[in-house]
Amino acid sequence: MFFLKLIIRNTMRHPLRSLLTVAGVAIAIIAFGLLRTLVELWYLGAESSSATRLITRSSISLVFSLPISYRDKIRQVPDVTAVANANWFGGIYKTEKNFFPNFAVSDNYLDLYPEFMLSGDELKGFRMDRKGAVAGRKLALKHGWKLGDQITLKGTIFPGEWDFVLRGIYRGSERTTDETQFFFHWDYLNETLKRTIPRRADQTGIFLVGVKRPEQAAEVAQSVDDQFRNSLAETLTETEKAFQLSFVAMTEAIVIAIQIVSYVVIVIIMVVAANTMAMTARERISEYATLKTLGFGSIHIGGVIFGESLAVSLAGGLIGIAATYPAAHWIESELSQFFPVFRVTGETVLLDLLAALVVGCVAGVFPTWRGVTIKVADGLRRIG
Amino acid sequence: MTLLLQPGPCRRSGEKMDSEPLVRITGVAKSYRRGSQLVPVLEDITFAIPSGEFLALMGPSGSGKSTLLNLIAGIDTVDSGSILIGGEEITGLSEQEMAAWRSMNVGFIFQFYNLIPVLTAFENVELPLLLTGLSRRERRSHVDTVLELVGLSDRMDHYPGQLSGGQQQRVAIARAIVTDPAIIVADEPTGDLDRVSAGDILLLLDRLVREFGKTVIMVTHDPRAAEKAHRVIHLEKGLLVTDPGFHDSHH
Repeated sequence: MFFLKLIIRNTMRHPLRSLLTVAGVAIAIIAFGLLRTLVELWYLGAESSSATRLITRSSISLVFSLPISYRDKIRQVPDVTAVANANWFGGIYKTEKNFFPNFAVSDNYLDLYPEFMLSGDELKGFRMDRKGAVAGRKLALKHGWKLGDQITLKGTIFPGEWDFVLRGIYRGSERTTDETQFFFHWDYLNETLKRTIPRRADQTGIFLVGVKRPEQAAEVAQSVDDQFRNSLAETLTETEKAFQLSFVAMTEAIVIAIQIVSYVVIVIIMVVAANTMAMTARERISEYATLKTLGFGSIHIGGVIFGESLAVSLAGGLIGIAATYPAAHWIESELSQFFPVFRVTGETVLLDLLAALVVGCVAGVFPTWRGVTIKVADGLRRIG
Repeated sequence: MTLLLQPGPCRRSGEKMDSEPLVRITGVAKSYRRGSQLVPVLEDITFAIPSGEFLALMGPSGSGKSTLLNLIAGIDTVDSGSILIGGEEITGLSEQEMAAWRSMNVGFIFQFYNLIPVLTAFENVELPLLLTGLSRRERRSHVDTVLELVGLSDRMDHYPGQLSGGQQQRVAIARAIVTDPAIIVADEPTGDLDRVSAGDILLLLDRLVREFGKTVIMVTHDPRAAEKAHRVIHLEKGLLVTDPGFHDSHH
């Protein structure tokens, strides 16, 4: 108890220095936490994917379309429960700054995504209206959309102004479900293309294939791809998770760079904290020598120095963790077009705590060693 | 530790040695390494200190008096020679044993007080008692007693920064005697004080010797401070140049 009191009072001895060190650790922990959350976000699509959904795409590249006629053939493959199709539309709402993912989908597409929760009436309204569209809750909230509103997207891949009527607003069943997507009828797109660019009609970007049980996925994927082997448009069928991870793989260098930066931030603050602690211990060498003179051992002196280092970094760590939540919330609300879901997970909080602990330990090692090994007579000579 | 400030020998020796001096130093030598050179600080020092003596060590800067004090107090080690305190040879003790021995037998007073600035006067005095098995209540009783003895009962909640130099040194004296050690070593205890405060401190040290039978070994530059001592030993360039011997001048 006495030594705890001594540690706390020592920590408060130079309030400005302690405050700056705590602030430094806190900022580093916030940066570390946000960067880790960003890395986790990269894998969110893969993490929240279903094991009973497969994606069939062109085996050459995702940018090549597949004939819509494949849908019925895939449906006939044994163990396939449903087939839907979707096209990346890439439309712009007013300006490019308002980016959100928008897809032209088949009527049964949302049936395969139970995590997008839509009321029966809204789903019915969407299906009844050829120009009907469904938007995620966050997207609707951001742009102030209400049911019945007319929304116009400017096509980039498919030229022209495309008018839609908002018929449904879905909610995510999980906290991590993306609520910033926009869906409309593939039929509407296809019929328009038949009139305007006929050569691009009757094609789709991907097929979404539903299977009953996860263990059927490999066999079904093989069967689907076998069907179209040696055709003009060969397919590649994989689980939704593998499909999502292929996107991550394309940007893996960025993910690695972010991970490196997150650790560099911790290393920098470790050096800064170690310097501060070394400075603090150097100033107090005579006090440690006095304590030794009075008969106190290494465990007491080491404990006081190490304890102070841990106290400072843990205080910074806890403040940093507490501040990470509002920071993440701000990013999620203000930059939702880039980060539709930006939630700090328990794993990140544990990593934050671990990082603060490591900073405290590393920063305290050298000063502790110095304080513990100082010769009493040498330490006392430093007085005055 | 049941009694406070009782005259007596070193605790580990177990019995008072009337025939033997409390401190017996024989052929002690000490040198420091400066770069590749070995600089001798003390050479062949031999003398003895009886229990209850107030001894002053004098000499010019660099004469080795503080080093000698450190050796007697067990905070530095000899190169050769023997230091017997209360019949116990302390030169062979390990660092850990030495720390335990110091905490039981030696009280320290420094020129610059060496109080912990974030602890109150009470807490500073309580420090050495934390290494004993005393309860909180017993510790409080001991600290109250010694703070009263040094006349600082009304300042026990003050931090060192809120006390004058003389008051800080009195807190340091209280800390030195709170464990009731046989020996009190004082390195220039009046060196940082004005004349009045220095006088008070010397009176206090003298009182510890006269009333409580403590053995005080004091390093000083000040002849007026040395006058208070029973005996003055002069050192010069690491050699003992004047020692009247304790049989001649003691009391």
